[in-house]
Amino acid sequence: MDFFVTLIQVLDSTIRLSTPLLLACLAGLYSERAGIFDIGLEGKMLMSAFFSAAVAAATGSVWLGLLAGIAASLILSGLHGMASITFRGNQLISGVAINFLAAGLTVLVAQSWFQQGGRTPSLFGGGRFESAEFPYAIGPEDAELTGRSVSDLMSDANVVHIVYSELLSGHSILVYVAFLMVPATWWILYRTRFGLRLRAVGENPAAVDTAGVSVVGLRYAAVAICGVLCGIAGAYLATALQAGFVKDMTAGRGFIALAALIFAKWRPWHAMWACLLFGLLQAVALRFQNIDLGGVVIPVQVMDALPYILTVVILAGFVGKAIPPQAGGDPYIKER
Amino acid sequence: MTLMKSLMGAAAAVALTAGAAFAEPALIFDLGGKFDKSFNEAAYNGAQRWANETGGKYREIEIQSEAQREQALRRFAESGANPIITMGFGMADPLSAVAGDYPETKFVAVDVNWLDIPNIRQIGFAEHEGSYLVGMMAAMASKSGTVGFIGGMDIPLIRHFGCGYAQGAKAVNPDINVVANMTGTTPAAWNDPVKGSELTKAQISQGADVIYAAAGGTGVGVLQTAADEGILSIGVDSNQNHLHPGKVLTSMLKRVDVAVYDAMKAGDAVETGVFTMGLAEEGVGVAMDDNNKELVSVRMNDAVEEARKAIINGDITVVSYYENDSCPALQF
Repeated sequence: MDFFVTLIQVLDSTIRLSTPLLLACLAGLYSERAGIFDIGLEGKMLMSAFFSAAVAAATGSVWLGLLAGIAASLILSGLHGMASITFRGNQLISGVAINFLAAGLTVLVAQSWFQQGGRTPSLFGGGRFESAEFPYAIGPEDAELTGRSVSDLMSDANVVHIVYSELLSGHSILVYVAFLMVPATWWILYRTRFGLRLRAVGENPAAVDTAGVSVVGLRYAAVAICGVLCGIAGAYLATALQAGFVKDMTAGRGFIALAALIFAKWRPWHAMWACLLFGLLQAVALRFQNIDLGGVVIPVQVMDALPYILTVVILAGFVGKAIPPQAGGDPYIKER
Repeated sequence: MTLMKSLMGAAAAVALTAGAAFAEPALIFDLGGKFDKSFNEAAYNGAQRWANETGGKYREIEIQSEAQREQALRRFAESGANPIITMGFGMADPLSAVAGDYPETKFVAVDVNWLDIPNIRQIGFAEHEGSYLVGMMAAMASKSGTVGFIGGMDIPLIRHFGCGYAQGAKAVNPDINVVANMTGTTPAAWNDPVKGSELTKAQISQGADVIYAAAGGTGVGVLQTAADEGILSIGVDSNQNHLHPGKVLTSMLKRVDVAVYDAMKAGDAVETGVFTMGLAEEGVGVAMDDNNKELVSVRMNDAVEEARKAIINGDITVVSYYENDSCPALQF
């Protein structure tokens, strides 16, 4: 039973850690499916993390913070779109520029606004996303009512109740948004006219153009969706997972999301599983620091490196050939 | 040519007077950054206190990478700053490389106490003694019989903290379970509050209801999550009780501010050698203020005070992790 509770807790942590990856991964999916490579996911998340925390700190409203985060991310998306769609620049270089811009600008603006060494003040009350407790789930309130600890109550509950209370309930609303985005993305991409055109514009933009549909318009739409999702991911990091912004708080999650996207071969459901796997590896490394396997102790360093080792091994050996959208990375030129 | 000559002459004159006239103290912050609400911020507070009291000025730099340590040291020494105060054990190697080249300059190294160089004032803290006291408080405040420790980067210094903590907790309750985790093995571990939060949640699910964070900026995430989840936390280095009033049991004070203030006050006449600041010198201690008044019972206060006296007069010996690189009370 103890083992089971531990397992559920690790999975719970997995969900929290995968959410920003999943949002960023889906953001990249829209953009890359439309033929715009985006390695600026990291920068957009960081920018959104800062502005959502800053506005939430100033106004006390996490929802205004979320909007500000999305807006900041959208502006960077617009920059990326302008550079790579309108001016037909190199998409990778534009993405790198966005990452640098965000890393520098966030700390600079934070220092000038708050004078706390590049961080925002801690958020509290309405400035943060509260966790959503489902009805009948075991939560802190029950613990207070009965005067026992949550883990104590958990160990008395039955299996279904534990899974329900620990794994499904008690996350921030953005977590549910992220996981609902998976079927939504699948439906948009494979069941709507817009999705068909979006996929086509990433494979063969000339054909889309011939059919009388605007390539530029579609690509801008995809980049904008990417901006919104990155914005949500950043706001989740700063206002739900943490209570404020600290410099470089995305810590490479945008790049792990890109790895997950390639691993998933640009498909929504697979992207979810890839992000969950990477999240699980991080959660295991945090929970079991020194694993004792009957005499042989695996040191914490190995556990810390495991996500990266497995990423390399899985990418190199198991997924087979990952073929990106055919027109990915090429600016569309109507006439020579 | 004559213009060139006079320009160079002027430049040399300026450089010379700069060296002679401005013996400003300089302060080099460690990688956690000036406002980590902990170790480096304590140094900043000490320096600010000196600046406000004397109206003096000091130079400072927040280094961004390992490579900048030696660079910053040399630049300050070259520009005539005196004394040059460095934060953190990581400055030991750069100091041994640079200090010999500037025998006239006094260096002050906080958290370094093993170098054999004449012009360095080395200040070590007896963190295990302060941690012992907060460990006792943790064990007395814990209802579950499990207390946690979250360290930053896995280095002997942080194990030293954890070791004192575990000994204090076991002195109160020999059966207590101490869960100890380190955030990472690279300097990034000082600034990863998301990871700090996850570790806190993991320790809570293992039953911990008081968690001691000795992790620089990462500790901000630990204290936040502990407050969110309704358990108690213990801050480190600076007084962190005010971060979440009524949720932070106490803070293990390391009076880096006093060390920095004293060094700046003494100026270039600062005494060199190796100094240890323990409970007796009030270099370490526990933070009691209005924010944690409700959490600390009279019994707890008395016990801590008694133990403090006993450690100072030698009735209680807190084993240091450094003695033989292992801890009697805790397995890392």
